[in-house]
Amino acid sequence: MRLQFQNRCITGLALVLPSHEQSFLDEMKNFDFPESRSLKLMKVMGYEKHRLVDSEVCSSDLVIHGLNYLFSSKKLKKDDIDALIVVTQTPDYVIPPTSSVIQGELSLKHDMICLDINQGCAGFIMGLIQAFSLLEQDEIKRVVVANVDVMSRKVNPRDRNSYPLIGDAASISVIERGGESKIWANIKMDGSRREALMVPAGGMRLPTSPETGVVEDVGDGNFRAKDNLRMDGSAVFNFVQTEIPPLIDDLMEFSGKTDADISAYAFHQPNKFMLEKLADKLGVAREKMPMDVVERFGNNSGVTIPTVLATNLSEQLLADQNLYCLAGFGVGLTWASMLLPLGPLEFCERINYP
Amino acid sequence: MKSQILEILQETRPESNFDESENFIEDGLLDSFDMVMLIDELEEKFGVSIDGEEIIASNFTSLDSIKNLVEISRRTS
Repeated sequence: MRLQFQNRCITGLALVLPSHEQSFLDEMKNFDFPESRSLKLMKVMGYEKHRLVDSEVCSSDLVIHGLNYLFSSKKLKKDDIDALIVVTQTPDYVIPPTSSVIQGELSLKHDMICLDINQGCAGFIMGLIQAFSLLEQDEIKRVVVANVDVMSRKVNPRDRNSYPLIGDAASISVIERGGESKIWANIKMDGSRREALMVPAGGMRLPTSPETGVVEDVGDGNFRAKDNLRMDGSAVFNFVQTEIPPLIDDLMEFSGKTDADISAYAFHQPNKFMLEKLADKLGVAREKMPMDVVERFGNNSGVTIPTVLATNLSEQLLADQNLYCLAGFGVGLTWASMLLPLGPLEFCERINYP
Repeated sequence: MKSQILEILQETRPESNFDESENFIEDGLLDSFDMVMLIDELEEKFGVSIDGEEIIASNFTSLDSIKNLVEISRRTS
């Protein structure tokens, strides 16, 4: 599905990262694999360090910390938030929405919309699409999109397929009307492949119980419970390599833009290997596609694109306007891309939690 | 080429007996992470670039299928 927007812009961006950092070298002992294989995997996938929350920290804690910083530093006013969209796969509760938790904790005004979206690695683009649409309403002048996940709490430390690459983080994006340039996007979804990325237990289909918490040997030297994230690495890899190149080709055809028009490619960050393969397939210079988020912070689901923006590209985002190609792909399965003029931002911050 | 591929396989999974397997994937000798490591080694050893779309289980079931993958990649690299 092709989408087009105009008169919409991101005016500010903040990234909230847990202060606690773990290294893959320290975690290797948790995995039932020879050290040489783990070291080889470290090199190819780009594992090095990842930022993780402590076991009791929730998604709302990261977002509230970031918003409080923006309020106290006068970069954002509480009363200026007309809508709060929280995109997360790790809500504080099944009921109520995490956006309502944040609204209540921060005493935000009642005259606003709070909305949760259950999305993962395509969640930044999904949040932007929703924010752009809400801004059709005259009374809505400013939308805050918070992408946040504390996925480390749902991944078993003995699951080498997932744990070394997972990171926790939140991002806060302020979306307003403005900017004359067009924005192009496209999005596709395929629920028939939903089991490639899932947490089997915890919903109504299979409620959490003592049995769903039992850690099992799932083969290939990995261990996890039904309460944990399960990722079919092979299926996800093939999905990305098969679906993303035509998605980007379609976006270019739709927009009439070429690689020469694009300043950088801010793609979701599954791992270094997959991004190198994608860049090569797309014929994009690897230097134009940052691919070191897994290495520095871990794959923080829907926060990877804002992580690229707020770390790799922050200087140019504060300085002037350029065209960026974003792409997110993951749970659902969902894959989406966007050509977005960005900058100069009013703020582009990186905040540590706590 | 097959002996070089076998050597890489044995370095990747020294505990596995690839000679006795008719299907490396079904027999559990290679998982998705092994495939990734194998590709990295094959690209380095044979100077090819393997297309991301070719990284599917059916290309890693036997020595012949892996050899075929390298040969296809040689033609397209």
